[in-house]
Order: sequence, then structure tokens, then C-alpha cells
Amino acid sequence: MAEVKKIATRESYGRTLAELGAENDRVVVLDADLAESTKTAVFQKAFPERHFDCGIAESNMISIAAGMAAAGMIPFASSFAMFAAGRAYEQIRNSVGYPHLNVKICATHAGISVGEDGATHQCIEDIALMRNIPGMVVVSPADDVEASQAIRAIADYEGPVYMRLGRLPVPVINDPENYHFELGKAVTLREGTDATVIANGLMVAEAVAAAERLAQEGIHVRVLNIHTIKPIDEEAVCAACRETGGIVTAEEHNVIGGLYSAVCESLLKNGAGCKVLPVAVMDEFGQSGPADELLELYGLTADNIVAKVKTLLGK
Amino acid sequence: MDKNTIKQLQKTANLVRQGVIESVYHAQSGHPGGSLSIADTITYLYEKQMRVDPKNPKWEDRDRFVLSKGHTCPALYSLLALKGFFPWDELKSLRHVGALLQGHPDMKAIPGIDMSTGSLGQGISTAVGMALTAKLKKADWRVYTVLGDGESQEGQVWEAAMFASHHKLDNLIAVLDNNNLQIDGRVDEVCSVYPLDDKFKAFGWEVFYADAHDFESLDEAFTAAKKVTGKPSIIIQKSVKGKGVSFMENQAGWHGKAPNAEQYEQAMAELKAAAEAMEG
Repeated sequence: MAEVKKIATRESYGRTLAELGAENDRVVVLDADLAESTKTAVFQKAFPERHFDCGIAESNMISIAAGMAAAGMIPFASSFAMFAAGRAYEQIRNSVGYPHLNVKICATHAGISVGEDGATHQCIEDIALMRNIPGMVVVSPADDVEASQAIRAIADYEGPVYMRLGRLPVPVINDPENYHFELGKAVTLREGTDATVIANGLMVAEAVAAAERLAQEGIHVRVLNIHTIKPIDEEAVCAACRETGGIVTAEEHNVIGGLYSAVCESLLKNGAGCKVLPVAVMDEFGQSGPADELLELYGLTADNIVAKVKTLLGK
Repeated sequence: MDKNTIKQLQKTANLVRQGVIESVYHAQSGHPGGSLSIADTITYLYEKQMRVDPKNPKWEDRDRFVLSKGHTCPALYSLLALKGFFPWDELKSLRHVGALLQGHPDMKAIPGIDMSTGSLGQGISTAVGMALTAKLKKADWRVYTVLGDGESQEGQVWEAAMFASHHKLDNLIAVLDNNNLQIDGRVDEVCSVYPLDDKFKAFGWEVFYADAHDFESLDEAFTAAKKVTGKPSIIIQKSVKGKGVSFMENQAGWHGKAPNAEQYEQAMAELKAAAEAMEG
């Protein structure tokens, strides 16, 4: 297999922001002393007068973004997922969500792939927190191609959005020539009839790898990339259940409240019934260590997806 | 200000107070104490300082107002109704199911409300975001915000204060309503915020003082604050919680409690008598 290019989605973010900045002077960017890490520094270099470093004050940053949106700007507010979705949760809920303001919260360093910084910085609860806010759109892109398009899509969308981005370089699995991102619309990466793997974020590449391995054993799984967790593509989820008979979800998030929950909710709501097994962080905190070793340790791997599919099929 | 102007303002503020009592009584819940303490300030701001158009509440070049102490919205609602943003009768369905007037300001539904507030500490940050936008757009509109003294116990107030002076937001004027009462008692006994003036000075703000129930004093403070350049201003106004209704004055118990029928009659009678005395 050819060497796959790896790019962290935070890199896609910085680059796309700078492009958006050139196209639209209503785009403003706020950060909380992490501009180099979240990559908003790329925008800052190009448009210093529209980049506001709020210092280490995430709550204030989110509410300032709300005020700017109320006055007609399109603010992108960034920090690590832990401090954006976590610390500033109530500001997002009350100052952004309730008035349905046009703020884009783009949080980097989500999940345990943050690595060595350890549990305090590894947010595995952000999707659960954000998708609970009425009217909030929640997106978790899989690679550079998808992230770049998704950032443009949320800039065009009028309303509050939470986007989850990663620190770790991840394989570019989508073809920039043929890929088209649509908010709320699942992407079928591979067809199959034995079961479906539904993934998002960095687990999409793992799901594709798992599907290839399974195919060698004669098991053909569909791979669905649900980049938009809210609003979720219920049709695609229910079709997966109906047409393939079983689902494995794969996400770099706690098993409670994220993709696994969202998929199960969609199925039950529509009276669709099939077994759904999760690959996720199983309700525990992370720890320090290299990202790759942590992903292995917490079972966020193609191997574990393969194992879960086999369990599902009773093999 | 001339005597006539002052008398007009006093009459309007009296109607605002009547609206507070009316709405909170009909809701049988709400926050009359703090609403009464800011009634004069809100009146002064909308009548004398702010550029707004009730027929075009979303007018881009309007001055913005953020009621950071959102629970005192009965005063703001009353004033907005008097100015014609919505009918006065809406006050009687405050806090009712399906009503326009929510328990805390809702910018999505209510004409004239520039920001949804209620969770303390967030309003001032949103006001800062608006002022920053005006600077960015080189627009000449201003942003006014009213904070509570108890509210300044929220850490976010100081995050916002730091940011506002760092960015030299001289188009932002904050009012700190200092009635020294919060739900659990006296502010200086619950968890003292004092000295407020030195704190804001240390955070790079220009500080002014006013008597919240004296229009000349308010006028002096706002006139001076508007002249400040290169930094935000705050007017610390000494106020009386419950001002204008004898049995509510200086009582923490009236922070978030509605009057019963008898108390309602008495409060309205007092306010109407005060209004009549102004005619004399």
C-alpha cells in the first residue's frame, strides 16, 4: 500500500480559516492563549486586526464571541475541547445556544489522542455536552479534506456550531477531487452487506482499515462516516441496520452521549432494531502517553473494530 | 438638565416602577427589588443617551444595551413598552407560558432586547464583544451595560474587565448598580466585593460615581464617561434596592419575591401618589 499522507485536522482549520478571512471580512477569530496549538495563529498572521487573543479566559472568550455575532460578525472561537466545551459549557449554552447566535466553536485537541498531557486535557465528553444544547450543530471531521470543506460549510451555515478537531496527524482518506461535504449527510466510504461500521473523526480511517482486513476474511462491511453527529443522518443509520443487520460504532469519545448514543437513539426512534456494539472510551479517564499507544490501550483501533464486527456476527 | 426635563424623567421612571410592580404581581414571581433600583438609570439611558428606534429594533447603527443583571428585566421591559417596542399589556403576562416576556431577557423574541442574559457575569462579556465589533467596523454606536454588585462576584466580570481595557474600548460604558443587597443578604457580609472603584481602576477602567435616583447626578456621570478616550468607563451608582415602594426599600427579601394582592395595592397606591405629587 502506498504511504498515506497524514495531516492533523487542526492544520486544516488554520489554513481554511485564513482562506475564509480573505474572502469574508465578517470572519473574526478568538483564541485563549493557544493560537499556535489550535492553529488560529495562521489566521492571526494574515489578519492580525481580526484575531483576538483573549488570554486564558475561555468563558469570557465565548461570551465575547456571542456579542460579536449579535453585532453581525462570524466569530470562530477556539481552544482545546476540554476548555471550550468543558469550562465554557454554560457560556456556550446560555450566550450562544439559547439566542441561537452565529458562533462557530472550533475545539482542537479533542479525545485521548492529545497524548502526553494526560487526562486533564483529554476531552472525551464534548460531543455529549454539545449535542445536548438545542439547535447546536455538532461536527467531527475525519481528515484534512473533510475538515477543510466542513469549515467552509459551517461558515456558510447561519447558527451555532461545535466542531471537534484533533491534534494528531491522521491519514487523508478522502479524495479532494471527488469529495463533497454536506452538513448532516453521512458519507458511505465502502459498501457491504454483512454489517456496518459507523465512525467519525480519526476512527473513520480505522474503520476503513478494519473493513479491508475483514474483506480479506470474506466479511463485507459497509463503512459510514457520520461527520455530523447533530443533526444525524437518521436515514443512513436506519438503512444500515435494515440492509446489513448489525452496527459497530467507532469514536474517540466516551461511550456515553456520543456517536454510539446518537446512533442508538436514531434506531430506536425509528423502530429499527439491530445489535449495536461500541468501540469507544469505555467510561474511564485517559492518561499520559504517546497518542498511538493510548489509542491502542483504549481499543480505538482497526483491530478492535474487526473484533467487534466478528462478535456481532458470532464469529 | 433643566427642571422640566428632570420632571419628565421622574414621571417616566415612575411609570417604569408601576410596570415593574404590575408585571411581577401578575407573574407572581420575579425580581422587584433590583428592578426598582435600576428604574431611574434605565429611564435616563433610553430617554437621554441611547440612539434606538422602536420601529426598527434591529437597526444596525443603534446603541446597544445589555442588561447583565438580567433578572431585573421587568424595569427594562416596562421602559421598552413605554417607548413602543411592544404593547404595555404584555407586562401582565410576564413569565406566563407562551408569553412574549420571558423571566430573563430573550433577544430572539423580544423587540428591543439586544442580548439574552440572566446567567450572571456573561452579559458584560457580550457587551465587550459588541463594543469590539463597533471598533472593528469603525462604527460610532456605543454599548451600555448594567451589572449588579453581587454579580461582580462572578470571575467572568473581571475577565471581561481585563479584556475591555486591553482593547481600549472607550465606546463601552458599564453601570454597576450598588444597592449592597443580594439574595443571601448584604453584599459586604455574603462575600465582599469592595472596594469596587479601586478594583476597576486597577483593571484599567475610568471610574465614575452617581446617585442612582438623582437624574442630575446620572447625567453628570454619563456625560463625563462619554468623554473618556482610550479606556472603558464604569459608573458605580449608589442605589436603593426596592426604591419607590416603602416596604420594599433596602430589603433583601424583596430580591426575588412577588407582592400579594394587598401589597400590590399598597405599592401601586404609593407610586400613583408619587406621580400625582409630581403633577402638583
